[in-house]
This record gives sequence, C-alpha cells and structure tokens, in this order.
Amino acid sequence: MSDASLPAIAPAVRAYGLGRLWRRHPTLLIGGAVIAVMVLLAAAAPLFAGNPMAMDPMHRLLAPSALHWFGTDTLGRDVFARTVFGARVSLFIGLSVAFGAIAGGLVIGLLCGFYPRVDAVVMRLMDGLMAIPSILLAIALVSLWQGGIPVVIFAILIPELPRDVRLVRSIVLGVRERPYVEAAIAGGARTGKVLRRHILPSTIAPLTVQGTYVCASAILVEAGLSFLGAGIPPSIPTWGNMIAGSQLYLALAPWTIFCPGIALAVLVLAVNLFGDGLRDLLDPRLSRQQ
Amino acid sequence: MGAYLARRLLATLVVMAVVGVIVFLLLHLAPGSPAAIIAGDNATPAQIDMINHELGLDRPLPVQFVLWAWSVLRGHFGTSIFSGAPVMELVLERLPATISLSLVTIAFAATTAVIAGVFAAWRAGGVLDRTLMAVAALGFSVPVFVVGYLLIYLFAITLHWLPVQGYQPLSRGLWPWLSHLLLPALALGLAYLALIARITRASVLEVLAEDYIRTARAKGASSLSQLFHHALRNAGVPIATVIGIGVALLISGVVLTETVFNIPGIGRLTVDAITNRDYPIIQGVMVIFSGAYVVINLLVDLSYTLIDPRIRR
Repeated sequence: MSDASLPAIAPAVRAYGLGRLWRRHPTLLIGGAVIAVMVLLAAAAPLFAGNPMAMDPMHRLLAPSALHWFGTDTLGRDVFARTVFGARVSLFIGLSVAFGAIAGGLVIGLLCGFYPRVDAVVMRLMDGLMAIPSILLAIALVSLWQGGIPVVIFAILIPELPRDVRLVRSIVLGVRERPYVEAAIAGGARTGKVLRRHILPSTIAPLTVQGTYVCASAILVEAGLSFLGAGIPPSIPTWGNMIAGSQLYLALAPWTIFCPGIALAVLVLAVNLFGDGLRDLLDPRLSRQQ
Repeated sequence: MGAYLARRLLATLVVMAVVGVIVFLLLHLAPGSPAAIIAGDNATPAQIDMINHELGLDRPLPVQFVLWAWSVLRGHFGTSIFSGAPVMELVLERLPATISLSLVTIAFAATTAVIAGVFAAWRAGGVLDRTLMAVAALGFSVPVFVVGYLLIYLFAITLHWLPVQGYQPLSRGLWPWLSHLLLPALALGLAYLALIARITRASVLEVLAEDYIRTARAKGASSLSQLFHHALRNAGVPIATVIGIGVALLISGVVLTETVFNIPGIGRLTVDAITNRDYPIIQGVMVIFSGAYVVINLLVDLSYTLIDPRIRR
C-alpha cells in the first residue's frame, strides 16, 4: 500500500506541512503509518519471521513466550511467522482487487455515462449483481472455478464492481452537462479525447477514496472466504485459514485465533481510516456533510 | 401512488430476472460441463449422459433457461448432489434458525443504531458522538467471525453466562431460544449497527439545521420531542433506505455467523455445500437470498410513503 499511499499524501504534506496535516487529518496519517508498517513487515517477512510451515509436534499449542511471540498452533507451527506471512496474502489480494475493481469500474462507468444504449443494458446487469449477496456470489464463483489466488481475486472483484461502475457513471453524467465538456464536444473533439481529457480527471479523486474502501472490503471478504473453506487453499497461511484451522482450540489456545484476528482487524481499520482521511482531504464538501 | 407502485414492482421483477440469468449462466460458463458439476466428482460418463438428458442439458441454452426459470418459480431448485433431497426441502428445514437469527439481529441493531445515531447528532462533537463514531469505525473493520470468537471466549468460556454454540427452536421456550441467539446477533449486528448509526447521525444532523426545527424549538417543544418527532421523522427516508440496503451486509454475515456459532441455518447449509461441491444448493440459496433482499428493499421503498407523505404523489 505504501507505494500507492505515499504519492497520494506527498503533495498534501508539501502543501500543508506535516504538523498541520496531523491536526487536520489525523486519521490519514495514523492509517497511513499502520499500513506502511504492515507493508514493511510483510515485505521483509522471509528475513525475520521464521518459517511459517515448520511443524513441531512436540511443541503444540504453546502459549505466547519469548521464543514464540504469538505462541504455536495445533501442529506446533509458529503463529507469529504465520501471521506475518498471512499479511502478504491479505495485502496482495486487497491491492489486486482494489486496482482491478477501480480499473473495471472506470472503463465500464465511462462507457455507461456516455452511451445510453450500453448504459441501459449494463446497469440492469449491475442491479442484478448487487442483489446477489456478495459472499454467496464469491462462494459460487470459487466453488465452480476451483483454483488458487487468481480465482479468489476474480470472485471478490465481481461483486465489488457494481458500486464502482455506479460511482463513475454518476460522475460522468454530472460532468457531461458542464459547459467545458459541451464546448469540447461542440468544438468537434472525438469522444475518446473528451473522455480522457475532460471527464477522466474528475473521477480520480473519488476513485482514489473508493479504492481504499474496496481494498478494506476485499481483505475482509478474502478472510471470510478462507475461513469458510472457499478461499485460498488451506496449505497457504492466510489469516482466514489460520482462524478456520484453530476453531476447535478457542478455549485451549485462544492466541491461535485472536492473533490473526487482531492483525486482520487492525489492517482493515487502518485502510478504512486512511480512506476516511483521504476523503476529507480530497473532498472537503463531503466531510462537512458527514 | 399507483404509478409509483407499478414502476417499482416492474423494476423489482427486472432485477430478479437478471439475478436468474446470472445464477443460471454461472453454472454454464464454468469450466467443465454443468452435468459433470451436478453429478459430482465420482460420476460415471453414463450418469452424466443421463443427467444431461433428464435436465434437458442437450437442448439450446435459452430453452434450458426458460425451463429452469419455470421450475424455480414453482419452488423447484433441483436436488442436492450429496443427500439427494430436494433443495427446497433442505432450505425450509433450515429456515427457522436463519430467520430467528436475522430478526433478533435486525431488531437489536436497528433500534440501538437509530437511538444512538439521533443522540450522537444531537450532541455532535461530544463524548457520546465520538465514542459512537469510533465504535462504528470498529464495526466496519472487525470481521464477524473475530467478534464472534471474542464474544464466545468472554461470555461463554470465561464467564459462563451464555451457551457457547448451537441453536434451540422457539418451541423449547423463549429463554433457551434467545440465549443461543444473543451472542450471534451481537456479532452479526455490529457492522449493520455501525452502518445505520452513521447514516442516522448524518441525516438527523442535516435536518437539525432546518428552519422548522428552529420553529419547533421557539414554540417550546422539548428536546426529546424536537429530536424524535420533528427531526427523526424527517430524516426517516435515508434511514429506512440504509436499513434495507444493509440487509445485504446481514446476509453475507449470516453465512459466517452460523459457522462460528454452529447454528443449523441456511448459511451453514451453504458452507456444507461448498465442502461437498453441492452446486444445486449454492444456486438455490443464491436465488432465495437475492429474492429476500430484493423483496425487503421493495417493502422499504413502499414504506417511504408512510414515513414521508410528500413522496405519496
């Protein structure tokens, strides 16, 4: 996330100064800092976290200690190592779905906003997709297609799409009526150029904010799917898989459930806070209404 | 009013038709033939041929869709691969648990959220407001299953106040039924509560700035009357809308909650279907849950006219 978030805040830091940014948008900085720490830990995982797969049946379900910071699970695997490696999967899925859904929403939304015929058909499809509970649609996609991470990303992305399409479409419909767009069309600009030069820029700020929310939601859905056994194959350490695998040991070894659970909650909260901060920063009108 | 009703009904039918097409096509666009998927992993080629013929899978796709849609409309969702029982029968068997959980959750979450949201708006920026918004931010971020295990660990395993898991039908008495639903409803309702509380706060805040609130205040209406009679009533439409839309959140949560608390409902049925690759069940549950969502939102839309007479044109 830091690759995506740093360029987004950097101009704000320059324009505002860090102190003022902290006073005005604390959630942005707190969220951004937590995300940055998580990304660093996840990226450096092989260097310090230890082996997430190494089993040690002699030391099952050990409580957290200096040797095993988060204790061990039912196969004697180190929960800390698995939690850190789990962050890699969550971050990767969150970012992939966010970029995919935003790109897809942008293309489809622009087309819908500009071509009424496409709009009529596509929006009915989107209404239908929105009516199907997202986790059920994802479960159906995963269980039909079977497969690893790409299928899971696709299955999470499809139910996310309608909201992004609607967002872009509503922006396009609003901007289309503006005099500068009408002038460009009257001046004979080709549709592609009108979309690229005059309409696309208006979508960037709201889509950046929307992207963070999609990212948070995708991380939650992936964990939910893995927890239900319809996500990433159980052999890969993800937070959802870790919790699913430890269900029976809640009373005996609560750390096997709560360590990945808290990591998940903290990451999602940080991404949501970052999104709220970004929204306030980019669109002061919206924040005053809320 | 009549025209509004007709337009709204038509839109609902269109959405359900699209849902039908999506659910139908999912099976047909998947790699591997539908018959092979329906027959399961251990089917022989002869069995697959038989299923192809029985289900009319050798006919053109549009004909198949019409046949499938017709049987769905009559309540036939096919039979489970694993148990051989009709999907509808399995769903009906599991329905009471899911409905109990959903109703308890909606009742608790919606009332708490609306009251909390109104007071947060009343004292915007105060301690209550800040606390509530922090809880709302948490509610959006902590997944149902983590909250669920936390509640079980605290209230069932450590304090022994409530049962750990399971479900008791209402016929066994009110307390056994309710005591098994309290923790699941709390876990499931948190995100829903957060969503409704945020919208309630925002819309009441907007209404409180209106002239008629100032008038009511000038006429000496009490604070509570100002808030609940004048402000909440006028902020009612967005709140009702989000209560309806939030049902989608609730349905996704039901699947997870029933797994955590081992409640034998439709969500649990779906999860067992994943393990067995029992696609007819997943398909049936998708149609039924989407139908429930669409109908609830239709009812919410119709309730606008009760909340706000200005819409009744």
